[in-house]
Amino acid sequence: MVEPIDTTMRLGRRSFLKGSGVAAAAATVAGTMAEEVAHGADAAPPSSGPGAVEITLSVDGKELKSSIEPRVTLLDALRDYLNVTAAKRVCDRGTCGACTVLIDGKSIYACSMLAIEAQGKKITTARGLMKGDELHPIQQIFWEKDASQCGFCTPGFVTACAAVLAKNPKATFEDMKRAVDGNICRCGTYEQMFQVFEQLTGKGA
Amino acid sequence: MATANETKTSSYRVIGTRPIRHDGVDKVTGRAVYGNDVQLPGLLYGRVLRSPHAHARIRSIDTTKAEKLPGVFAVISSADIDPHESKMAELGEGSVNLQYLCENVLARKKVLYKGHAVAAVAAVNAHVAEEALKLIEVDYDPLHAVTWVLDAMKDDAPILIDDLKTEGAPLPHSKGPTNIAQHIVFSKGDIEKGFAEADVIIEREFKSATVHQGYIEPHVATALWSPDGHLSIWASTQGSFTCRQQTAELLALPVSKVTVTPCEIGGGFGGKIRVYIEPIAALLSKKSGRPVKVLMNRADVFESTGPTPGSFIRVKLGAKRDGRLVAGDAWMAYDAGAYPAGIIGPGCVCVFSCYDLPNARVEGFDVVLNKPQTAAYRAPGSTNAAFACETVIEELAEKLGIDPIEFRLKNAAKEGTRRPDGPAYPVIGLVETLKTAKAHPHYSATLEGPNRGRGVGCGFWMNAGLKSSVTAHVNGDGTVTLVEGSTDIGGTRTSIAMQLAETLGITAEEVVPRVVDTDSVGYTDVTGGSRTTFATGWAAHDAAIDIVKQMSARAAEFWKCSPDEVTFDRGLFSSKSHALTFKELAGKIQETGGTITGRASVEAKGVGATFGTHIVDVEVDPETGKVKILRYTAVQDCGRVIHPSYAEGQIQGGVVQGIGWALNEEYVYDADGRMRNASMLDYRMPTAVDVPTIEPVMVEVPNPRHPYGVRGVGEVPICPPPAAIGAAIYNAIGIRMYELPMSPPKVCQAIINEASAK
Ligand code: FES
Ligand code: FES
Repeated sequence: MVEPIDTTMRLGRRSFLKGSGVAAAAATVAGTMAEEVAHGADAAPPSSGPGAVEITLSVDGKELKSSIEPRVTLLDALRDYLNVTAAKRVCDRGTCGACTVLIDGKSIYACSMLAIEAQGKKITTARGLMKGDELHPIQQIFWEKDASQCGFCTPGFVTACAAVLAKNPKATFEDMKRAVDGNICRCGTYEQMFQVFEQLTGKGA
Repeated sequence: MATANETKTSSYRVIGTRPIRHDGVDKVTGRAVYGNDVQLPGLLYGRVLRSPHAHARIRSIDTTKAEKLPGVFAVISSADIDPHESKMAELGEGSVNLQYLCENVLARKKVLYKGHAVAAVAAVNAHVAEEALKLIEVDYDPLHAVTWVLDAMKDDAPILIDDLKTEGAPLPHSKGPTNIAQHIVFSKGDIEKGFAEADVIIEREFKSATVHQGYIEPHVATALWSPDGHLSIWASTQGSFTCRQQTAELLALPVSKVTVTPCEIGGGFGGKIRVYIEPIAALLSKKSGRPVKVLMNRADVFESTGPTPGSFIRVKLGAKRDGRLVAGDAWMAYDAGAYPAGIIGPGCVCVFSCYDLPNARVEGFDVVLNKPQTAAYRAPGSTNAAFACETVIEELAEKLGIDPIEFRLKNAAKEGTRRPDGPAYPVIGLVETLKTAKAHPHYSATLEGPNRGRGVGCGFWMNAGLKSSVTAHVNGDGTVTLVEGSTDIGGTRTSIAMQLAETLGITAEEVVPRVVDTDSVGYTDVTGGSRTTFATGWAAHDAAIDIVKQMSARAAEFWKCSPDEVTFDRGLFSSKSHALTFKELAGKIQETGGTITGRASVEAKGVGATFGTHIVDVEVDPETGKVKILRYTAVQDCGRVIHPSYAEGQIQGGVVQGIGWALNEEYVYDADGRMRNASMLDYRMPTAVDVPTIEPVMVEVPNPRHPYGVRGVGEVPICPPPAAIGAAIYNAIGIRMYELPMSPPKVCQAIINEASAK
């Protein structure tokens, strides 16, 4: 099974450069970059645009700070700078839905928004839909219906569904289907998702 | 190896049930760690420079400016990797030519397709890496490109690989350099005689476009080359051991110096077996002294990783008036892509695999051309072949006035039928799927309305066995930790755990499956060939038998009797006077010698082939040529079904991909050999609004050679859809389609042609 992502290893870069100790640490995989470890601390990276700015993003109920260039998308900021990885990078062009997050409750492709634009807004990823250890009702139904194969599209579908229902709790089956028509599931689990929609909307169209 | 008899019980308790996958919560919450979720301290971002030309000689590569850009830690090109001789390395499911693999990873003297990797950069962030790529100066000498398979076979075609030798059957007229990498000939009986006996003969030509596996997770690899010389890789791969083998061979390292950790994988479908960026990440890490993550973007995935072949196929079939097929002849040319790929092999095996043909000949060509090197895609080679053969079968049935399923039943392959490539079938279930389809209410339902039609089609896949290892540790609380090397792409943690649980008489939830790195489990071949539930499940069964043996011995110690007096049935150990459940005994094992670990490594023989018969209703819009799927029923022999939901999910998923292949998906090339639609917007894969409810109907013809009767399930459902949809289109508008995809422009054009011919 999968190691949870937030296994935090508070390792600084310098200790890494000393070698073997870190190799062993690295071998424990995943989620090793603590929020405190500054990104790209080596040198001010060159930038063809304006330089990095300090920004604060409210993500899944936490205020996260980082120094981010204005050209960085919200998706890359979440994933590469803040180690929030539930939203997936698939096309980076607004064509697949895998990076869907909620911005103040509305679904947005995180690859199609700049991180600086998201300041002051409430950003929710699939991870943040949980209440503590409890699954969000939509996650609960996705889980019960076992509606995934590889699961890579799942966080995007879950957040897209959450947005529709947040906006319109009476959404019909067809509304749900339309709401996810910008999301691609290459494993073709649409049939299982239809079952999820049926349950969510209290029976078909 | 354990035999079926050891575990045979009249009814199963776990097999055939639908437990929720062990990693379900991780998947719905986004906690699961996929390749691009791996973070390491000091991580650098790697990006690859790719050829803008489909075919060119590389005169020089100058990386000096890129190296000087602040924030850049390493720049590499083919100069950083030693060349390999043309030598084959075994990869379990197939083998790989190291010279070609090496040149595909980083082009040496020539680029052979647009997107061919030329150099790579590791930098402090992705933006800097991308800026650095622009500073690398490559001097190209562009050459003519060829992207259509028949053109690449011509005498005056541009030659991609100067010293390419044709493998396999000799070519009668071959002289000088060639793009034909392999020539296959299978034959059975005497086709001249066969066709002479035929009352009806139909011969047709078929084209299909290149399509991509389309897994939504792009390729990603993170490498850490430690100062002590050990290389660790976190990859999105269908096979961690295959990844280790290829990377070690390319970098001339012993396999023991390379550890590959398979991350969660966002789909593969055959396309994540060959390495592309793992060696690049490793070299960048070595040069920079840092961990490096190389991530592809979506255009890279389309342009630089294995699509599956475009093809040209000619099929000729002859039948007697009574509906008996007497002869078949197939001529098949498949794209190899930039380097030999061999998907033609299974294509040739599959083309007539559904039928009992007394006389048959199959000739096939693997043809090198200026596209990315092709790779497996769900029943590789079979879908192209099925589209051709099944369409001719439909036409014959129509001409003979026989119901298409009845016609197939008259000629269906069964136990003992010898395929043109040689083997005779053991127990198979094609006839059962045909009968089930015929009796299904869908087949007899009335279909009213203009421009609507129904079609059927069959498909075959041979499935794979190969090697798998597991170890299983009994925990004191009665649970069992199952350690395995099979990447879980669609629920195999659970389908394997269920076979262990069944054998031990515990629940699926009491098994804790772990997919681990290459140092932590025995050699395991790729998750591919529909083999994982079959072969790794078999290993889990054998490991459970090992546990039962050891636990019986412990029970005997407790009860002071001989181990022979201990029997085990459905989770209960007993002797004449005592009994303990699996859980009770597990709680005592620490008192009697400590932990019990069961282990098994199998090289699974006795693979069971799978067949499917699909029924589809469509409606064609005569104005736009758009085809809408109204209803879909997919009947498949699944062997014994371990987890019905997952088997159904595989069938539905395969059909969705088959629908995409049939109706929309294609690589569009311009005259210079550049792909013009390398994005998810322009390469259209089906979404929720494109697919109807797909009803899977599972027929269970257990594989007598597997302990639980398992056959592979995942691949065959992609094979029938294009042919079945083609037949439905014909029945809707009276026009036969001979080219994939049957996209709106092509259907529209066919309608216009038909009208002007009248
Ligand atoms: S990654 Fe954002 S829509 Fe595809
Ligand atoms: S479950 Fe694999 S892409 Fe949706």
